[in-house]
Amino acid sequence: MPSLGGDMSAGRLVEWHVKPGDHVTRGDTIATVETDKANIDVEVFETGTIERLTAAPGEKLPVGSVLAYIGGEGEAAAPAALRAAAPEAPPERVLASPLARKLARELGVDLSAVRGTGSHGAIERADVERAAARKPAEPPAAGMRRAIAAAMARSNREIPHYYLETRINLRAALDWLARVNLERGVEDRILPAALLIKAVARALTQVPELNGYWIDDGLRMQSGIHVGVAVSLRGGGLLIPAIHDADRRSVSELMAAMRDLITRARSGRLKGSELTDSTITVTNLGDLGVETVFGVIYPPQVALVGFGKIVDRAWVESGDIGVRPTVNATLAADHRATDGHRGAQFLAAVERALQEPAVL
Amino acid sequence: MTEAHVKAAVSEVLHRIAPEADLDQLDAQDDLTRALDIDSFDFLNLLEGIHAKLGVDVPEADYGRVRTLSALVAYLAARTR
Repeated sequence: MPSLGGDMSAGRLVEWHVKPGDHVTRGDTIATVETDKANIDVEVFETGTIERLTAAPGEKLPVGSVLAYIGGEGEAAAPAALRAAAPEAPPERVLASPLARKLARELGVDLSAVRGTGSHGAIERADVERAAARKPAEPPAAGMRRAIAAAMARSNREIPHYYLETRINLRAALDWLARVNLERGVEDRILPAALLIKAVARALTQVPELNGYWIDDGLRMQSGIHVGVAVSLRGGGLLIPAIHDADRRSVSELMAAMRDLITRARSGRLKGSELTDSTITVTNLGDLGVETVFGVIYPPQVALVGFGKIVDRAWVESGDIGVRPTVNATLAADHRATDGHRGAQFLAAVERALQEPAVL
Repeated sequence: MTEAHVKAAVSEVLHRIAPEADLDQLDAQDDLTRALDIDSFDFLNLLEGIHAKLGVDVPEADYGRVRTLSALVAYLAARTR
């Protein structure tokens, strides 16, 4: 049973796509597994013949359980190496007014189960109120909520967080970005978020202890810097797909990768590896007006970086007061893995990187 | 192009980004990003869709001028006449 992330402890086998005796090659989809977040197609990462299936459809199995044995020619059968592939597309969205959506979220009404009486069958406030009065429905994306609840409860239970915050002058970064974007069409423009990700990735090369996992009472630093980007889903919930090797990508490449990941996250087309490989998480809530983010680390990672809204503030420099665009950057870090001193060095490195955007 | 045509084109692009939203009930004076819960990536996708549909490339310097549906439609209508 492959793992889709630190929060997944078990999965239910939905169906087999193969039977004993079938020949499979690396990359073939051999089964569908249901997790709290989605149905996942499971790929096989070996070539050979399916010798034995050890789980039946409907069975719930812990992560790491053997699902099947696969044998090569002239070899003894070995447990199949499996990996999660792309999740199934989410259910179709329903037509509803913004007010109805807001109310549905507050009342825990599943909009897909509500009949709309508005124009073109749109769900209106009254429809939601009627549905809420009929029966207490399970909140939408309840499975994902449970998965997030499990991961965050584990994080707060096990990880001794410490928090640091610094305010960064973005004048140089935004001026550089404006110059770059001036020469680009809308499809190639870069958002500040890409620059912030790049600065984090660059800083991690200087403070690598924050790029890793806490496993078996020890820090396991990771050589690849795979930045997980928190993506909120329109139906509720959150996914954190990884941008692989973020430190080696240009800002333009990072922007393209982010757009691709966000688009696929919201349409349910992420690959399993993108959901499991993050070595650190970056969350940006500035679009919602939040100025400072105090994050909860996604285990087994050891750090989360938060960015708030870019705000013009009074800024004192060399004795002069001026107005600068600024952002509050926060670090939530695992005190078992690092101390505040290293955390402070990391935020200072992020700040330095953003003063020389052209070098990024 | 009339404002009605522009509004129809904008609505079509918005519907792709926020398909669950009933745009008929959207207040034209509301901030689009807040009313439809769209982030900066969605906003960029909106402008990209508008560019593809109407041929108008809204420069970054003008983002602040197109934050509401009415402002966006007026801005685009003025550039597609």
